[in-house]
Amino acid sequence: MRVHIDVNGERLAADDVWEGESLLYVLRERLGLPGAKNACEQGECGSCTVYLDGLPVCACLVAAGQAEGREVVTVEGLASGDDLDQGLDEVQRAFVEAGAVQCGFCTPGLIVQAHSLIESTPQVPEDADIREALAGNLCRCTGYEKIIDAVRLAATRKAQNKAAQKKAPR
Amino acid sequence: MTTVAMPNVGSALDRVDALEKVTGRARYAYENFPADLAYAVPVQATIAKGEISAVDVDAVLQLPGVIAAIWHANAPRLAPRNGDPELAVLQSSRVAYRGQYVAVVVAETLESASEAARVLRVRYDADEHDVELRPGHPGLYRPDHVNPYFPTDTEQGDPDAALAAARVVVDATYSTPAEHNNPMEPHATVAVWDAEGLTVYDSTQGASNIRDTLAPLFGLPPGSVRVISPHVGGGFGAKARAHPHVALAALAAKQVGRPVKLAVTRQQMFAVTGYRTPTIQRVRLGADADGRLTAIVHEAIEQSSTVSEFAEQTAVPTRMMYAAPNRRTTHRLVRLDVPTPSWMRAPGEAPGMYALESAMDELAIACRIDPIELRIRNEPDVDPESGRPFSSRNLVACLREGARRFGWAGRDPEPGIRREGGLLVGTGVAASVFPVYRMPSQATARAEPDGGFTVRIAAADIGTGARTVLTQIAADALDAPMDRVRVEIGDSALPPAWVAGGSAGTASWGTAVVRACEALMDVLHGRAGDVPPEGLEASADTTQEVRAQRRFAQHAFGAQFAEVAVDMDTGEARVRRLLGVFAAGRILNPKTARSQLIGGMTMGLSMALLEESVMDQEFGDYLNHDFAQYHIAASADVRDIDAVWIEEDDPGLNPMGSKGIGEIGIVGTAAAIANAVHHATGVRVRDLPIRLDKLVHGVI
Ligand code: FES
Ligand code: FES
Repeated sequence: MRVHIDVNGERLAADDVWEGESLLYVLRERLGLPGAKNACEQGECGSCTVYLDGLPVCACLVAAGQAEGREVVTVEGLASGDDLDQGLDEVQRAFVEAGAVQCGFCTPGLIVQAHSLIESTPQVPEDADIREALAGNLCRCTGYEKIIDAVRLAATRKAQNKAAQKKAPR
Repeated sequence: MTTVAMPNVGSALDRVDALEKVTGRARYAYENFPADLAYAVPVQATIAKGEISAVDVDAVLQLPGVIAAIWHANAPRLAPRNGDPELAVLQSSRVAYRGQYVAVVVAETLESASEAARVLRVRYDADEHDVELRPGHPGLYRPDHVNPYFPTDTEQGDPDAALAAARVVVDATYSTPAEHNNPMEPHATVAVWDAEGLTVYDSTQGASNIRDTLAPLFGLPPGSVRVISPHVGGGFGAKARAHPHVALAALAAKQVGRPVKLAVTRQQMFAVTGYRTPTIQRVRLGADADGRLTAIVHEAIEQSSTVSEFAEQTAVPTRMMYAAPNRRTTHRLVRLDVPTPSWMRAPGEAPGMYALESAMDELAIACRIDPIELRIRNEPDVDPESGRPFSSRNLVACLREGARRFGWAGRDPEPGIRREGGLLVGTGVAASVFPVYRMPSQATARAEPDGGFTVRIAAADIGTGARTVLTQIAADALDAPMDRVRVEIGDSALPPAWVAGGSAGTASWGTAVVRACEALMDVLHGRAGDVPPEGLEASADTTQEVRAQRRFAQHAFGAQFAEVAVDMDTGEARVRRLLGVFAAGRILNPKTARSQLIGGMTMGLSMALLEESVMDQEFGDYLNHDFAQYHIAASADVRDIDAVWIEEDDPGLNPMGSKGIGEIGIVGTAAAIANAVHHATGVRVRDLPIRLDKLVHGVI
C-alpha cells in the first residue's frame, strides 16, 4: 500500500508498505528519518517515541497504515531552521548543557517524551512527576539523574520564556 | 612520569557530539543504507543440544522477495583457526545451545526475511541437555586461568587452620543470577563486499579488534577489512568482541553478493550477544574479637558454554581488598548447554564484591563493630598477595568522606527497628574497587594549514564521553583551544587502538594521543611553527611505554552508601538514597564522569533489585528475554542518587593522571543495598536480586 504522512511539516509518501509495517519502520527504513530508535519493538523502552497528532506514542506499536494522513513529529522536527545549533528546542539545549546524553540511543525518544511533558504541564513539574512521566523511557547509561536535571532546566526556561512573552508589549 | 599541564582537562565541558545526538543526526550502525541493500534475519536453534538433520531451504526460496537461505550445508567456509569458535557460524551441524544461529535468510525487505525465517523448517536430532549451574556439579573443573589472564586459584598461609582457630567466623554462600548487558542499541551489522574486500558498519566497542577478528575468519589480510562505527548505543562489555551475528552478516553478504543489514532483536540478544555468568560463591572470613581478619576464603563456581570457555574472575578482587595472613581464592567452571557468557560491566568485581562485601557486613555484625571501622581495621599497607605497593589507595578516605556526607555517624546497628509508617528503613555501606589497566595504542596528530589540528585514533565512544575527553586531552597537549582540534575515532582505518573495555579506554587512548601531540609539537617547534600547505603529521605507538610501566598495584577505589525502605505489607524494597564516593585519579571531565559513575551505580541498583535472567531448565532458554520481563531500572526506580570523588594525584598512572571510571560505579552497589536491606529488616538476602518474595516473610 501507499502511505502518506505529514512528517515534521512535510507531506511524505512511502510506496509498497506492507500492512504489518510499523510507523517506526517506515520512518527509519523508508523515509530517511532514523532519529527515532528501535530498541525493543514492543513498547517497553520508549526509544521510538514520536508525536502522532500531538500525542507522544511508541512508533513501534503504531501500524504505518494508522498514520495515514496524520501528523508526525520526530526528534528531527523539534529544532527549527537549518542552523541546528541556533534553532534547538529548549529541551534539546538543556540535554546538551546538563550532560543528559551519553550513548544517545535513548535520547531522541526521551526528548520527545520530555517535550510533551513540558508542553502539557503549565508549571515546572516536580522531580517525582518528571521521574514518573519518563519511567517508560529506558536509559542504560546515565542513571537518569542528568536527564531529570535537563527536563527541570528546560521546563524552567520555557516557563520564563512564556512569562517574558506575556509581559512584552505587542 | 610527569603529567601534562591541562587547562581543558578537568573542566566540565559539554559533550562534543551532543548536538548530533539531541537532533537525531548521529548515525548508528543500522542506519547505513548502501545501495542494493538486502536484509538478513537469522534463524535460531529451538533445541539446546543436538544435531541439525535437515533444513527445508527450498520451501522458503519460493516466498516473495527471498534471495537466499543459508545453513551449514550451503554456507561459504570460514577459517576460524585459533579464533573464537562462536564465530564459526553455519559451519557444522552441531547445536550447542538454544538460540544458536542455525541458518540465515536474506530477502529484499525485512518483512520477507522475517517471514521466511519464521517458517523455515529446521529438523533436529535432539540430545538431553543440562543447563543448570549447581554446587557439586560433576562437570566442575579448574580452568587454566580466569579472565583475562589471572591465576585460577591462589593460596597463602593455612586458611583452614586459621578458620578453625578464629574467634569469629562468617561462612556464607551467596549467589548471583545470569544478567544481560542490554545496551539500549541492539547489536547491528551492515556488511558490504567490494573488489577491495569487506566493509562493515558495526555497533562495536573496538573497530580495530573487530577488523582483526574478521580478517582471518574470511581469509583476508587485515588491510582488506574496514570496520566503521562512529556512534555506538552503549555496550557495557557486550560489544567488546565480535559476536556471531557479525560473522553471519558478512557471510550472508558474501553469499548473495549484495550489501546485507542484520540487526539482532532485543529478544535474540539474550542468546547470542553474551551475558554475565551466574555465580555461586562461598565466602569464609575468620577474625579475632576485634574484627582483624586472620583468614579470607572465597570460592566461586560459574558456567560457560560447550562452545568456548569464559571463566569470570569473580574472586579476584578478594585477593587485594583486605589484609589477612591466610587466604585462598578459587574458581571452578562447568560447561553447560547454554549460551557463552562474556564480559558485562565489571566482570568479576560486580558479583564478587557483592559476596565479599555482604560477608564483611555479616562479620561486622558478628564482631559488633561498625562496618566502616571494620574495613579500616583491615586495610592493607601493600597488596596482600603480591606484596607490591599501591600507587594510590584511598578506600579509607572514601569511606570517611562518604560517612560524613551520608550522615553515617550515630547509626544504630540494630536491624529491623526503624519504622516509618508501614516501612522499615535501614542503611548500608560497601567498598568498591576496579583495577587500573592501560593497553598499547597508536595515534596520529596533524597540524592543518588553516591552523587547526586533527587527531586520529581507532578509539570508540560508546557513550562514555571518549570523543570529548580525547579532544580535551589533545587540545591541552597541543596548547590549542578545543574548537581548533578535531578528533576522529570509530574507524579501523585510523591508527589501531585498544577496545573500550576494562575501564582502560581513556588511559590507553589518551596516552597515545598525548604522545602523538607531543611529537607533533616537537616537529612544529623545529619549524618555528610553520605549517606547509600539505600539513604536518606525527604519530605515536605506546607499546614500549605501556610495557615498561612500573609494576605497582593500581586500582580505583570507592565507597557506596545506600538507604532503603522496605514495605512491611508487600516486602518491596526501594532505594531512597544512594551515594558513591570514588578515588579514581584525576577526573578529566566532571560532567561526563559524574554521569558515568551514576549510571554505573544505577546499574548496580538494578542488579540489586531487578535483574535476573531466568533459565528454563526444560527448554534451555533464558525465559524472560525481553524488556517486558527482564527489568532494568527506570527513572522512577531511582530517587536521590549522587556520585562524588576525592582528588587523587597519582603520577604513576599515565600522562593524564587518570584511572578508569566506566565500571567502578557498579561495584559494591548491590552489597550496599543488600546490607541496607538487612539493616532495615533483619533479613539477609544472599541470592540476588532482592525480590519481594525473599523479604515478605521476614517483614510481615
Ligand atoms: S522500540 Fe518502541 S518502545 Fe522500544
Ligand atoms: S544515553 Fe545510552 S541509553 Fe541513554
